[in-house]
Amino acid sequence: MTIEEVRQIILNILADIAPDEDISSIDDNTKLRDQIDLDSMDFLDIVMELRKRFNIEVPEKDYEHLATMAGCVSYLTPLLKNRPLASS
Amino acid sequence: MNKPPRNWLKGVLSAYDTVVIGSGLAGMTSANLLAKLGHKVLLAEHHYNMGGMATWFKRKGGHVMDISLHGFPCGMIKTLRKYWTQDISHRVIQLKNVRFDNPQFSVNTSFDKIDFTHILRERFGILREVIDEFFLTVRDMNFYDEVVMTTRELFEKYFPGRTDVWRFLMEPITYANGSTLDDPAITYGIVFSNFMDKGVFTYQGGTDHLIKEMKQELLRNGVDIRTHCMVEKIYVDDKTVQGVRINGQDIQCKSVLSNSNLLTTIEQLTGEEHFDPEFIKEVKKVRLNNSSCQVYMGIKTGETVPNVGDLLFSSEADEYCTDQILSKDVTSRTFSFYYPEIRPGTNRYSIVSSTNARYQDWANLSESEYKKDKHHLEQTTLDALEKYVPGIRKKVDHVEASTPKTFKRYTLHPSGTSFGTKFEGLKISRDLPKQINGLFHAGSVGIIMSGWLGAANYGVIVANETDKYLRQLSPSLVTASA
Ligand SMILES: Cc1cc2nc3c(=O)[nH]c(=O)nc-3n(C[C@H](O)[C@H](O)[C@H](O)COP(=O)(O)OP(=O)(O)OC[C@H]3O[C@@H](n4cnc5c(N)ncnc54)[C@H](O)[C@@H]3O)c2cc1C
Repeated sequence: MTIEEVRQIILNILADIAPDEDISSIDDNTKLRDQIDLDSMDFLDIVMELRKRFNIEVPEKDYEHLATMAGCVSYLTPLLKNRPLASS
Repeated sequence: MNKPPRNWLKGVLSAYDTVVIGSGLAGMTSANLLAKLGHKVLLAEHHYNMGGMATWFKRKGGHVMDISLHGFPCGMIKTLRKYWTQDISHRVIQLKNVRFDNPQFSVNTSFDKIDFTHILRERFGILREVIDEFFLTVRDMNFYDEVVMTTRELFEKYFPGRTDVWRFLMEPITYANGSTLDDPAITYGIVFSNFMDKGVFTYQGGTDHLIKEMKQELLRNGVDIRTHCMVEKIYVDDKTVQGVRINGQDIQCKSVLSNSNLLTTIEQLTGEEHFDPEFIKEVKKVRLNNSSCQVYMGIKTGETVPNVGDLLFSSEADEYCTDQILSKDVTSRTFSFYYPEIRPGTNRYSIVSSTNARYQDWANLSESEYKKDKHHLEQTTLDALEKYVPGIRKKVDHVEASTPKTFKRYTLHPSGTSFGTKFEGLKISRDLPKQINGLFHAGSVGIIMSGWLGAANYGVIVANETDKYLRQLSPSLVTASA
Protein backbone atom coordinates (compact mmCIF):
# COMPACT_ATOMS: atom_id res chain seq x y z
CA MET A 1 0.00 0.00 0.00
CA THR A 2 1.23 3.46 -0.82
CA ILE A 3 1.27 6.44 1.48
CA GLU A 4 -1.62 7.96 -0.44
CA GLU A 5 -3.64 4.77 -0.05
CA VAL A 6 -2.98 4.68 3.66
CA ARG A 7 -4.08 8.29 3.96
CA GLN A 8 -7.26 7.48 2.05
CA ILE A 9 -8.00 4.59 4.40
CA ILE A 10 -7.79 6.87 7.42
CA LEU A 11 -10.07 9.36 5.68
CA ASN A 12 -12.60 6.61 4.98
CA ILE A 13 -12.57 5.55 8.60
CA LEU A 14 -12.96 9.15 9.78
CA ALA A 15 -15.85 9.69 7.37
CA ASP A 16 -17.69 6.77 8.98
CA ILE A 17 -17.00 7.98 12.49
CA ALA A 18 -17.76 11.65 11.93
CA PRO A 19 -20.17 11.88 9.00
CA ASP A 20 -21.10 15.49 9.72
CA GLU A 21 -17.55 16.78 9.53
CA ASP A 22 -15.74 18.14 6.51
CA ILE A 23 -12.75 15.86 6.28
CA SER A 24 -11.61 16.92 2.82
CA SER A 25 -9.73 19.90 4.21
CA ILE A 26 -7.88 18.12 6.99
CA ASP A 27 -4.41 19.49 7.57
CA ASP A 28 -1.94 16.66 8.01
CA ASN A 29 0.15 18.31 10.67
CA THR A 30 -2.53 19.73 12.94
CA LYS A 31 -4.11 17.56 15.61
CA LEU A 32 -7.21 15.80 14.26
CA ARG A 33 -9.01 16.68 17.47
CA ASP A 34 -8.54 20.39 16.82
CA GLN A 35 -10.01 20.13 13.32
CA ILE A 36 -12.94 17.80 13.74
CA ASP A 37 -15.05 16.90 16.73
CA LEU A 38 -13.37 13.69 17.92
CA ASP A 39 -13.43 12.32 21.46
CA SER A 40 -11.65 9.40 23.05
CA MET A 41 -14.44 7.03 21.98
CA ASP A 42 -13.82 8.06 18.36
CA PHE A 43 -10.14 7.18 18.65
CA LEU A 44 -11.19 3.83 20.01
CA ASP A 45 -13.32 3.39 16.89
CA ILE A 46 -10.29 4.05 14.71
CA VAL A 47 -8.37 1.37 16.58
CA MET A 48 -11.24 -1.09 16.21
CA GLU A 49 -11.58 -0.40 12.50
CA LEU A 50 -7.88 -0.95 11.92
CA ARG A 51 -8.08 -4.25 13.71
CA LYS A 52 -11.18 -5.30 11.84
CA ARG A 53 -9.95 -4.32 8.40
CA PHE A 54 -6.25 -5.17 8.63
CA ASN A 55 -5.70 -7.11 11.81
CA ILE A 56 -3.45 -4.33 13.04
CA GLU A 57 -3.25 -3.95 16.78
CA VAL A 58 -2.46 -0.45 18.00
CA PRO A 59 -1.42 -0.78 21.65
CA GLU A 60 -2.69 1.90 24.00
CA LYS A 61 0.78 3.38 24.42
CA ASP A 62 0.87 4.09 20.68
CA TYR A 63 -2.44 5.97 20.53
CA GLU A 64 -0.52 9.23 20.57
CA HIS A 65 0.78 8.43 17.07
CA LEU A 66 -2.78 8.72 15.81
CA ALA A 67 -3.16 12.33 16.92
CA THR A 68 -2.44 13.86 13.49
CA MET A 69 -2.98 12.62 9.97
CA ALA A 70 0.77 12.72 9.35
CA GLY A 71 1.27 10.69 12.52
CA CYS A 72 -1.29 8.10 11.42
CA VAL A 73 0.30 7.75 8.00
CA SER A 74 3.85 7.36 9.25
CA TYR A 75 2.81 4.95 11.99
CA LEU A 76 0.58 2.80 9.80
CA THR A 77 2.42 2.76 6.48
CA PRO A 78 5.12 0.30 7.60
CA LEU A 79 2.44 -1.92 9.14
CA LEU A 80 0.37 -1.90 5.96
CA LYS A 81 3.29 -1.96 3.54
CA ASN A 82 2.83 -5.51 2.40
CA ARG A 83 -0.94 -5.47 2.33
CA PRO A 84 -2.89 -5.18 -0.86
CA LEU A 85 -5.47 -2.42 -0.80
CA ALA A 86 -8.39 -4.01 1.00
CA SER A 87 -12.04 -3.30 0.65
CA SER A 88 -12.91 -0.41 2.90
CA MET B 1 -52.16 -31.31 33.42
CA ASN B 2 -49.33 -28.76 33.63
CA LYS B 3 -47.65 -27.78 30.43
CA PRO B 4 -43.98 -28.75 30.37
CA PRO B 5 -41.81 -25.67 31.03
CA ARG B 6 -40.81 -23.88 27.86
CA ASN B 7 -37.24 -24.44 26.77
CA TRP B 8 -35.85 -20.95 26.36
CA LEU B 9 -32.61 -22.35 24.99
CA LYS B 10 -34.20 -24.30 22.20
CA GLY B 11 -31.96 -24.33 19.12
CA VAL B 12 -29.02 -22.79 20.94
CA LEU B 13 -25.57 -23.54 19.49
CA SER B 14 -23.11 -25.66 21.44
CA ALA B 15 -20.43 -22.95 21.30
CA TYR B 16 -20.09 -19.19 20.88
CA ASP B 17 -17.26 -16.71 20.59
CA THR B 18 -18.81 -14.61 23.34
CA VAL B 19 -21.60 -15.08 25.82
CA VAL B 20 -22.87 -11.72 27.06
CA ILE B 21 -24.50 -12.06 30.47
CA GLY B 22 -27.28 -9.50 30.85
CA SER B 23 -29.02 -7.13 28.48
CA GLY B 24 -28.49 -3.78 30.18
CA LEU B 25 -27.30 -0.97 27.96
CA ALA B 26 -23.69 -2.07 28.41
CA GLY B 27 -24.50 -5.71 27.62
CA MET B 28 -26.64 -4.92 24.59
CA THR B 29 -24.19 -2.38 23.17
CA SER B 30 -21.24 -4.74 23.49
CA ALA B 31 -23.22 -7.66 22.04
CA ASN B 32 -24.21 -5.53 19.07
CA LEU B 33 -20.70 -4.35 18.41
CA LEU B 34 -19.13 -7.79 18.77
CA ALA B 35 -21.66 -9.25 16.36
CA LYS B 36 -20.93 -6.46 13.87
CA LEU B 37 -17.25 -7.27 14.21
CA GLY B 38 -18.03 -10.78 13.05
CA HIS B 39 -18.22 -12.77 16.26
CA LYS B 40 -20.84 -15.32 17.20
CA VAL B 41 -22.63 -13.83 20.20
CA LEU B 42 -25.16 -15.22 22.65
CA LEU B 43 -26.96 -12.62 24.78
CA ALA B 44 -28.52 -14.19 27.87
CA GLU B 45 -30.98 -12.25 30.01
CA HIS B 46 -32.75 -13.72 33.03
CA HIS B 47 -35.71 -11.33 32.84
CA TYR B 48 -38.46 -11.55 30.23
CA ASN B 49 -37.64 -8.02 29.05
CA MET B 50 -34.39 -6.64 27.78
CA GLY B 51 -32.85 -3.34 28.85
CA GLY B 52 -31.87 -3.96 32.46
CA MET B 53 -32.60 -0.75 34.31
CA ALA B 54 -33.38 0.95 31.03
CA THR B 55 -36.87 -0.39 31.34
CA TRP B 56 -40.58 0.39 31.56
CA PHE B 57 -43.78 -1.25 32.61
CA LYS B 58 -47.40 -1.06 31.56
CA ARG B 59 -50.48 -0.88 33.74
CA LYS B 60 -54.23 -1.05 33.20
CA GLY B 61 -55.69 2.15 31.88
CA GLY B 62 -53.05 2.52 29.18
CA HIS B 63 -50.28 3.63 31.51
CA VAL B 64 -46.66 3.23 30.48
CA MET B 65 -44.04 4.08 33.11
CA ASP B 66 -40.37 4.67 32.40
CA ILE B 67 -37.87 3.76 35.09
CA SER B 68 -34.62 5.46 34.12
CA LEU B 69 -35.52 7.86 31.34
CA HIS B 70 -35.14 11.03 33.34
CA GLY B 71 -32.45 12.36 31.11
CA PHE B 72 -29.00 11.68 29.73
CA PRO B 73 -26.18 13.79 28.27
CA CYS B 74 -25.96 14.93 24.65
CA GLY B 75 -23.17 12.43 23.99
CA MET B 76 -25.83 9.73 23.85
CA ILE B 77 -26.80 10.94 20.36
CA LYS B 78 -23.37 10.09 19.00
CA THR B 79 -23.18 6.82 20.88
CA LEU B 80 -26.56 5.73 19.53
CA ARG B 81 -25.57 6.69 16.01
CA LYS B 82 -22.20 4.98 16.03
CA TYR B 83 -23.01 1.79 17.88
CA TRP B 84 -26.73 1.48 17.07
CA THR B 85 -28.52 3.18 14.20
CA GLN B 86 -29.12 6.62 12.71
CA ASP B 87 -32.85 6.19 13.25
CA ILE B 88 -32.44 5.53 16.93
CA SER B 89 -30.14 8.52 17.38
CA HIS B 90 -32.58 10.82 15.58
CA ARG B 91 -35.14 10.29 18.30
CA VAL B 92 -33.11 12.02 20.98
CA ILE B 93 -34.64 15.34 22.04
CA GLN B 94 -33.63 17.95 24.55
CA LEU B 95 -35.39 18.62 27.84
CA LYS B 96 -35.43 22.37 28.12
CA ASN B 97 -36.98 23.02 31.49
CA VAL B 98 -35.05 21.76 34.47
CA ARG B 99 -36.17 23.16 37.81
CA PHE B 100 -34.80 23.38 41.31
CA ASP B 101 -37.03 24.15 44.25
CA ASN B 102 -35.71 24.07 47.80
CA PRO B 103 -35.44 26.34 50.86
CA GLN B 104 -32.22 27.85 49.50
CA PHE B 105 -33.33 28.73 45.98
CA SER B 106 -35.85 28.22 43.23
CA VAL B 107 -34.53 28.33 39.63
CA ASN B 108 -35.32 27.17 36.13
CA THR B 109 -32.52 26.26 33.79
CA SER B 110 -31.85 24.68 30.41
CA PHE B 111 -29.05 22.86 32.25
CA ASP B 112 -26.18 23.72 29.97
CA LYS B 113 -22.94 25.57 30.51
CA ILE B 114 -24.10 28.95 29.25
CA ASP B 115 -27.19 29.01 31.41
CA PHE B 116 -25.39 27.60 34.44
CA THR B 117 -22.73 30.29 34.12
CA HIS B 118 -25.42 32.92 33.90
CA ILE B 119 -27.24 31.64 36.96
CA LEU B 120 -24.05 31.28 38.98
CA ARG B 121 -23.26 34.92 38.24
CA GLU B 122 -26.63 36.57 38.47
CA ARG B 123 -28.37 34.42 41.05
CA PHE B 124 -25.47 33.34 43.22
CA GLY B 125 -23.13 36.28 42.65
CA ILE B 126 -20.07 34.22 41.72
CA LEU B 127 -17.29 35.95 39.78
CA ARG B 128 -16.98 35.12 36.10
CA GLU B 129 -13.31 34.08 36.44
CA VAL B 130 -14.12 31.65 39.23
CA ILE B 131 -16.89 30.05 37.21
CA ASP B 132 -14.72 29.71 34.12
CA GLU B 133 -11.88 28.21 36.08
CA PHE B 134 -14.25 25.76 37.75
CA PHE B 135 -15.63 24.63 34.40
CA LEU B 136 -12.12 24.26 33.01
CA THR B 137 -11.02 22.19 35.99
CA VAL B 138 -13.91 19.75 35.80
CA ARG B 139 -13.67 19.51 32.02
CA ASP B 140 -10.03 18.48 32.20
CA MET B 141 -10.66 15.61 34.58
CA ASN B 142 -9.86 12.20 33.14
CA PHE B 143 -10.79 8.86 34.54
CA TYR B 144 -7.20 7.72 34.56
CA ASP B 145 -6.09 10.74 36.59
CA GLU B 146 -4.77 10.05 40.00
CA VAL B 147 -7.47 10.43 42.62
CA VAL B 148 -6.52 13.25 44.89
CA MET B 149 -9.48 15.44 45.59
CA THR B 150 -13.02 14.76 46.72
CA THR B 151 -15.96 16.67 45.34
CA ARG B 152 -16.33 18.40 48.69
CA GLU B 153 -12.73 19.64 48.44
CA LEU B 154 -13.33 20.75 44.88
CA PHE B 155 -16.35 22.80 45.92
CA GLU B 156 -14.58 24.09 49.01
CA LYS B 157 -11.80 25.34 46.74
CA TYR B 158 -13.97 27.24 44.29
CA PHE B 159 -17.04 28.09 46.34
CA PRO B 160 -15.95 28.08 49.98
CA GLY B 161 -18.87 27.91 52.39
CA ARG B 162 -21.43 28.36 49.62
CA THR B 163 -23.66 25.41 50.37
CA ASP B 164 -26.32 26.87 48.10
CA VAL B 165 -23.94 26.70 45.14
CA TRP B 166 -22.85 23.19 46.15
CA ARG B 167 -26.44 22.11 46.12
CA PHE B 168 -27.08 23.66 42.73
CA LEU B 169 -24.04 21.89 41.29
CA MET B 170 -24.33 18.62 43.15
CA GLU B 171 -27.97 17.65 43.57
CA PRO B 172 -28.62 16.69 39.93
CA ILE B 173 -25.45 14.64 39.77
CA THR B 174 -26.31 12.80 42.96
CA TYR B 175 -29.51 11.68 41.30
CA ALA B 176 -27.73 10.96 38.04
CA ASN B 177 -25.02 8.70 39.41
CA GLY B 178 -25.42 8.28 43.13
CA SER B 179 -22.21 10.13 43.91
CA THR B 180 -21.74 12.15 47.07
CA LEU B 181 -19.52 14.99 48.24
CA ASP B 182 -17.08 12.43 49.60
CA ASP B 183 -16.49 10.57 46.35
CA PRO B 184 -13.46 11.41 44.17
CA ALA B 185 -14.00 14.71 42.37
CA ILE B 186 -13.60 13.06 38.97
CA THR B 187 -16.78 11.04 39.50
CA TYR B 188 -18.45 14.40 39.72
CA GLY B 189 -16.40 16.19 37.09
CA ILE B 190 -16.83 13.74 34.25
CA VAL B 191 -20.58 13.35 34.59
CA PHE B 192 -21.14 17.05 35.24
CA SER B 193 -19.10 18.01 32.17
CA ASN B 194 -20.99 15.50 30.04
CA PHE B 195 -24.27 17.13 30.96
CA MET B 196 -22.98 20.68 30.84
CA ASP B 197 -21.73 20.14 27.34
CA LYS B 198 -25.15 20.77 25.86
CA GLY B 199 -27.90 20.02 28.37
CA VAL B 200 -30.20 17.12 29.27
CA PHE B 201 -31.76 14.87 26.66
CA THR B 202 -34.39 12.19 26.42
CA TYR B 203 -35.64 9.62 23.94
CA GLN B 204 -38.80 10.30 22.02
CA GLY B 205 -40.86 7.15 21.90
CA GLY B 206 -40.04 6.09 25.43
CA THR B 207 -37.85 3.32 26.78
CA ASP B 208 -40.06 0.59 25.28
CA HIS B 209 -39.51 1.99 21.80
CA LEU B 210 -35.75 2.27 22.28
CA ILE B 211 -35.33 -1.26 23.55
CA LYS B 212 -37.55 -2.66 20.80
CA GLU B 213 -35.40 -0.90 18.18
CA MET B 214 -32.22 -2.17 19.80
CA LYS B 215 -33.57 -5.69 19.84
CA GLN B 216 -34.32 -5.51 16.11
CA GLU B 217 -30.81 -4.26 15.42
CA LEU B 218 -29.25 -7.03 17.51
CA LEU B 219 -31.23 -9.60 15.56
CA ARG B 220 -30.22 -8.02 12.24
CA ASN B 221 -26.60 -8.34 13.27
CA GLY B 222 -27.05 -11.97 14.16
CA VAL B 223 -27.00 -11.89 17.96
CA ASP B 224 -28.66 -14.93 19.48
CA ILE B 225 -30.93 -13.31 22.09
CA ARG B 226 -32.31 -15.42 24.90
CA THR B 227 -34.58 -13.99 27.56
CA HIS B 228 -35.69 -15.99 30.64
CA CYS B 229 -32.15 -17.31 30.63
CA MET B 230 -30.24 -17.14 33.86
CA VAL B 231 -26.50 -17.57 33.65
CA GLU B 232 -25.65 -19.62 36.72
CA LYS B 233 -21.96 -20.28 36.30
CA ILE B 234 -18.92 -19.20 34.32
CA TYR B 235 -16.61 -22.17 33.79
CA VAL B 236 -12.91 -21.46 34.13
CA ASP B 237 -10.08 -23.86 33.64
CA ASP B 238 -6.38 -23.12 33.52
CA LYS B 239 -7.11 -19.42 34.12
CA THR B 240 -9.16 -19.33 30.93
CA VAL B 241 -12.89 -19.06 30.28
CA GLN B 242 -14.34 -22.32 28.92
CA GLY B 243 -18.09 -21.80 28.94
CA VAL B 244 -21.18 -21.02 30.95
CA ARG B 245 -24.14 -22.79 32.47
CA ILE B 246 -27.49 -21.30 31.53
CA ASN B 247 -30.75 -22.66 32.96
CA GLY B 248 -28.87 -25.84 33.82
CA GLN B 249 -27.39 -26.28 30.35
CA ASP B 250 -23.67 -26.05 29.54
CA ILE B 251 -22.60 -23.91 26.60
CA GLN B 252 -19.03 -23.45 25.45
CA CYS B 253 -17.56 -20.06 24.71
CA LYS B 254 -14.19 -18.44 24.17
CA SER B 255 -15.07 -15.38 26.16
CA VAL B 256 -17.64 -14.06 28.59
CA LEU B 257 -18.66 -10.44 28.80
CA SER B 258 -20.62 -10.01 32.00
CA ASN B 259 -23.10 -7.19 32.40
CA SER B 260 -24.12 -8.70 35.71
CA ASN B 261 -22.93 -6.80 38.76
CA LEU B 262 -19.14 -6.80 39.13
CA LEU B 263 -19.10 -8.50 42.53
CA THR B 264 -21.67 -11.10 41.47
CA THR B 265 -19.54 -11.86 38.42
CA ILE B 266 -16.46 -12.49 40.52
CA GLU B 267 -17.81 -14.04 43.67
CA GLN B 268 -20.80 -16.02 42.48
CA LEU B 269 -20.64 -16.64 38.75
CA THR B 270 -16.90 -17.32 38.51
CA GLY B 271 -15.83 -18.16 42.06
CA GLU B 272 -13.12 -16.53 44.13
CA GLU B 273 -10.89 -19.59 43.91
CA HIS B 274 -10.02 -18.73 40.31
CA PHE B 275 -8.49 -15.36 41.21
CA ASP B 276 -5.26 -14.33 42.90
CA PRO B 277 -5.79 -13.86 46.65
CA GLU B 278 -4.30 -10.37 46.33
CA PHE B 279 -6.90 -9.49 43.73
CA ILE B 280 -9.71 -10.84 45.90
CA LYS B 281 -8.45 -8.65 48.74
CA GLU B 282 -9.03 -5.64 46.53
CA VAL B 283 -12.41 -6.99 45.44
CA LYS B 284 -13.50 -7.12 49.07
CA LYS B 285 -12.87 -3.41 49.37
CA VAL B 286 -15.27 -2.54 46.56
CA ARG B 287 -18.33 -0.72 47.87
CA LEU B 288 -21.69 -0.95 46.16
CA ASN B 289 -23.43 2.23 45.27
CA ASN B 290 -26.84 3.08 46.71
CA SER B 291 -30.21 2.08 45.34
CA SER B 292 -33.45 3.91 44.63
CA CYS B 293 -37.11 4.25 45.45
CA GLN B 294 -39.58 5.46 42.88
CA VAL B 295 -43.24 6.40 42.83
CA TYR B 296 -45.01 6.08 39.48
CA MET B 297 -48.10 8.16 38.95
CA GLY B 298 -50.27 7.58 35.91
CA ILE B 299 -52.58 10.39 34.83
CA LYS B 300 -56.15 9.49 33.82
CA THR B 301 -57.08 9.41 30.15
CA GLY B 302 -58.24 12.85 29.10
CA GLU B 303 -56.61 14.62 32.07
CA THR B 304 -53.71 16.98 31.48
CA VAL B 305 -50.80 18.34 33.48
CA PRO B 306 -49.61 21.88 32.77
CA ASN B 307 -45.93 22.20 31.88
CA VAL B 308 -44.34 22.61 35.27
CA GLY B 309 -40.93 21.47 34.08
CA ASP B 310 -39.39 18.31 32.68
CA LEU B 311 -37.18 17.52 35.61
CA LEU B 312 -37.75 19.00 39.01
CA PHE B 313 -35.24 18.68 41.83
CA SER B 314 -37.42 19.33 44.81
CA SER B 315 -36.36 19.33 48.42
CA GLU B 316 -37.53 20.53 51.80
CA ALA B 317 -34.16 19.99 53.42
CA ASP B 318 -32.34 23.14 54.54
CA GLU B 319 -29.10 22.17 52.83
CA TYR B 320 -27.74 19.51 50.49
CA CYS B 321 -26.86 16.51 52.61
CA THR B 322 -26.13 13.00 51.38
CA ASP B 323 -27.48 11.36 54.49
CA GLN B 324 -30.79 13.12 54.17
CA ILE B 325 -31.02 12.33 50.49
CA LEU B 326 -30.60 8.64 51.29
CA SER B 327 -32.84 8.70 54.33
CA LYS B 328 -36.10 6.82 54.33
CA ASP B 329 -37.91 9.89 55.64
CA VAL B 330 -36.92 11.64 52.53
CA THR B 331 -37.95 15.14 51.61
CA SER B 332 -35.68 15.39 48.57
CA ARG B 333 -36.99 13.98 45.33
CA THR B 334 -36.59 14.30 41.60
CA PHE B 335 -39.82 14.48 39.68
CA SER B 336 -39.79 13.53 36.03
CA PHE B 337 -42.77 14.76 34.08
CA TYR B 338 -43.58 12.80 30.95
CA TYR B 339 -45.76 14.87 28.64
CA PRO B 340 -47.39 13.53 25.47
CA GLU B 341 -44.35 14.64 23.42
CA ILE B 342 -42.41 11.72 24.87
CA ARG B 343 -44.80 9.27 23.22
CA PRO B 344 -46.30 11.29 20.40
CA GLY B 345 -49.79 10.31 19.49
CA THR B 346 -50.71 8.83 22.84
CA ASN B 347 -51.77 12.05 24.55
CA ARG B 348 -50.86 10.57 27.92
CA TYR B 349 -49.02 11.95 30.92
CA SER B 350 -47.15 10.28 33.72
CA ILE B 351 -45.02 11.51 36.58
CA VAL B 352 -42.24 9.56 38.25
CA SER B 353 -40.67 10.56 41.52
CA SER B 354 -37.22 9.17 42.32
CA THR B 355 -35.23 9.18 45.50
CA ASN B 356 -31.91 7.61 46.29
CA ALA B 357 -32.30 4.92 48.94
CA ARG B 358 -30.49 2.34 51.04
CA TYR B 359 -31.25 -1.33 50.62
CA GLN B 360 -30.99 -2.10 54.33
CA ASP B 361 -33.77 0.36 55.13
CA TRP B 362 -36.18 -1.77 53.13
CA ALA B 363 -34.79 -5.29 53.17
CA ASN B 364 -35.69 -6.46 56.65
CA LEU B 365 -39.25 -5.29 57.04
CA SER B 366 -42.11 -7.69 57.63
CA GLU B 367 -44.51 -7.99 54.75
CA SER B 368 -47.04 -5.72 56.40
CA GLU B 369 -44.45 -3.13 57.36
CA TYR B 370 -43.10 -3.15 53.83
CA LYS B 371 -46.59 -2.60 52.43
CA LYS B 372 -47.30 0.13 54.92
CA ASP B 373 -44.02 1.94 54.20
CA LYS B 374 -44.59 1.76 50.46
CA HIS B 375 -48.04 3.21 50.95
CA HIS B 376 -46.55 5.99 53.08
CA LEU B 377 -44.00 6.72 50.36
CA GLU B 378 -46.76 6.97 47.77
CA GLN B 379 -48.89 9.28 49.89
CA THR B 380 -46.09 11.64 50.97
CA THR B 381 -44.99 11.86 47.34
CA LEU B 382 -48.47 12.86 46.22
CA ASP B 383 -48.53 15.43 49.03
CA ALA B 384 -45.25 16.89 47.83
CA LEU B 385 -46.43 16.94 44.24
CA GLU B 386 -49.59 18.85 45.16
CA LYS B 387 -47.48 21.99 45.47
CA TYR B 388 -46.52 21.81 41.80
CA VAL B 389 -49.60 20.19 40.31
CA PRO B 390 -52.61 21.31 42.33
CA GLY B 391 -55.36 18.70 42.43
CA ILE B 392 -52.94 15.91 41.58
CA ARG B 393 -54.93 13.31 43.51
CA LYS B 394 -57.90 13.89 41.24
CA LYS B 395 -55.76 13.54 38.12
CA VAL B 396 -54.05 10.23 38.86
CA ASP B 397 -55.64 6.85 38.59
CA HIS B 398 -52.61 4.70 39.13
CA VAL B 399 -50.00 5.03 41.87
CA GLU B 400 -47.33 2.47 42.58
CA ALA B 401 -43.97 2.44 44.35
CA SER B 402 -40.75 0.53 43.88
CA THR B 403 -37.98 0.10 46.43
CA PRO B 404 -34.40 -1.20 46.49
CA LYS B 405 -35.94 -4.67 46.85
CA THR B 406 -37.76 -4.21 43.56
CA PHE B 407 -34.57 -3.21 41.77
CA LYS B 408 -32.80 -6.21 43.19
CA ARG B 409 -35.48 -8.60 42.04
CA TYR B 410 -35.44 -7.39 38.45
CA THR B 411 -31.72 -6.83 37.89
CA LEU B 412 -30.31 -9.34 40.39
CA HIS B 413 -27.90 -6.63 41.51
CA PRO B 414 -26.79 -7.03 45.13
CA SER B 415 -28.62 -4.56 47.37
CA GLY B 416 -30.49 -3.40 44.29
CA THR B 417 -27.67 -1.00 43.49
CA SER B 418 -28.80 1.56 40.91
CA PHE B 419 -25.38 2.75 39.93
CA GLY B 420 -23.09 -0.26 40.26
CA THR B 421 -20.07 0.19 42.46
CA LYS B 422 -18.14 3.09 43.88
CA PHE B 423 -14.98 4.34 42.20
CA GLU B 424 -12.69 1.47 43.23
CA GLY B 425 -14.82 -0.96 41.18
CA LEU B 426 -13.57 0.49 37.92
CA LYS B 427 -10.04 -0.83 38.32
CA ILE B 428 -11.29 -4.27 39.32
CA SER B 429 -13.58 -4.38 36.30
CA ARG B 430 -10.74 -3.35 33.97
CA ASP B 431 -8.36 -5.90 35.51
CA LEU B 432 -10.62 -8.96 35.25
CA PRO B 433 -9.12 -10.17 31.95
CA LYS B 434 -5.64 -10.03 33.49
CA GLN B 435 -6.87 -12.53 36.07
CA ILE B 436 -8.79 -14.84 33.78
CA ASN B 437 -8.28 -15.02 30.03
CA GLY B 438 -11.47 -14.24 28.21
CA LEU B 439 -13.38 -12.86 31.21
CA PHE B 440 -14.66 -9.33 30.75
CA HIS B 441 -17.05 -7.11 32.65
CA ALA B 442 -19.01 -4.14 31.37
CA GLY B 443 -21.71 -2.32 33.26
CA SER B 444 -22.15 0.29 35.91
CA VAL B 445 -18.89 0.63 37.80
CA GLY B 446 -16.86 3.35 39.36
CA ILE B 447 -19.74 5.85 39.14
CA ILE B 448 -18.25 7.19 35.91
CA MET B 449 -19.21 4.22 33.79
CA SER B 450 -22.83 4.36 34.83
CA GLY B 451 -25.97 6.00 33.59
CA TRP B 452 -27.21 5.30 30.07
CA LEU B 453 -24.27 6.97 28.37
CA GLY B 454 -21.60 5.65 30.69
CA ALA B 455 -22.92 2.08 30.54
CA ALA B 456 -23.28 2.08 26.74
CA ASN B 457 -19.82 3.57 26.21
CA TYR B 458 -18.27 1.19 28.68
CA GLY B 459 -19.88 -1.61 26.68
CA VAL B 460 -17.97 -0.35 23.64
CA ILE B 461 -14.68 -0.04 25.49
CA VAL B 462 -14.94 -3.60 26.77
CA ALA B 463 -16.20 -4.99 23.45
CA ASN B 464 -12.99 -3.58 21.98
CA GLU B 465 -10.94 -5.57 24.52
CA THR B 466 -13.00 -8.68 23.84
CA ASP B 467 -12.55 -8.33 20.09
CA LYS B 468 -8.81 -7.96 20.58
CA TYR B 469 -8.74 -11.13 22.66
CA LEU B 470 -10.81 -13.15 20.19
CA ARG B 471 -8.66 -12.07 17.26
CA GLN B 472 -5.53 -13.10 19.08
CA LEU B 473 -7.08 -16.54 19.47
CA SER B 474 -7.99 -16.76 15.78
CA PRO B 475 -5.82 -14.38 13.76
CA SER B 476 -7.55 -15.44 10.57
CA LEU B 477 -10.60 -13.38 11.49
CA VAL B 478 -9.71 -10.50 9.19
CA THR B 479 -12.67 -9.05 7.42
CA ALA B 480 -10.59 -7.52 4.66
CA SER B 481 -9.20 -10.84 3.49
CA ALA B 482 -12.61 -12.46 3.41
C1 LIG C 1 -34.34 4.58 39.41
C2 LIG C 1 -33.24 4.80 38.45
C3 LIG C 1 -33.22 5.93 37.66
C4 LIG C 1 -32.18 6.15 36.75
N1 LIG C 1 -32.24 7.24 35.95
C5 LIG C 1 -31.31 7.43 34.99
C6 LIG C 1 -31.39 8.51 34.08
O1 LIG C 1 -32.31 9.31 34.11
N2 LIG C 1 -30.42 8.67 33.16
C7 LIG C 1 -29.37 7.81 33.06
O2 LIG C 1 -28.52 7.99 32.21
N3 LIG C 1 -29.28 6.75 33.92
C8 LIG C 1 -30.22 6.55 34.87
N4 LIG C 1 -30.12 5.48 35.73
C9 LIG C 1 -28.97 4.61 35.64
C10 LIG C 1 -29.01 3.71 34.42
O3 LIG C 1 -30.31 3.20 34.25
C11 LIG C 1 -28.02 2.58 34.58
O4 LIG C 1 -26.76 3.09 34.94
C12 LIG C 1 -27.83 1.76 33.32
O5 LIG C 1 -29.08 1.47 32.71
C13 LIG C 1 -27.10 0.52 33.70
O6 LIG C 1 -26.85 -0.30 32.63
P1 LIG C 1 -25.93 -1.57 32.80
O7 LIG C 1 -25.56 -2.00 31.45
O8 LIG C 1 -24.85 -1.29 33.75
O9 LIG C 1 -26.77 -2.74 33.42
P2 LIG C 1 -28.19 -3.02 34.03
O10 LIG C 1 -29.21 -2.12 33.47
O11 LIG C 1 -28.01 -3.09 35.48
O12 LIG C 1 -28.47 -4.45 33.43
C14 LIG C 1 -27.88 -5.64 33.85
C15 LIG C 1 -28.67 -6.76 33.23
O13 LIG C 1 -28.05 -8.00 33.53
C16 LIG C 1 -29.04 -8.95 33.83
N5 LIG C 1 -28.41 -10.01 34.62
C17 LIG C 1 -27.71 -9.87 35.77
N6 LIG C 1 -27.25 -11.06 36.18
C18 LIG C 1 -27.65 -11.98 35.26
C19 LIG C 1 -27.46 -13.39 35.13
N7 LIG C 1 -26.75 -14.09 36.00
N8 LIG C 1 -28.00 -14.01 34.05
C20 LIG C 1 -28.73 -13.31 33.12
N9 LIG C 1 -28.93 -11.98 33.21
C21 LIG C 1 -28.40 -11.32 34.27
C22 LIG C 1 -30.08 -8.16 34.56
O14 LIG C 1 -31.33 -8.80 34.57
C23 LIG C 1 -30.08 -6.86 33.75
O15 LIG C 1 -30.97 -6.93 32.66
C24 LIG C 1 -31.15 5.23 36.65
C25 LIG C 1 -31.16 4.08 37.44
C26 LIG C 1 -32.19 3.85 38.33
C27 LIG C 1 -32.23 2.60 39.12
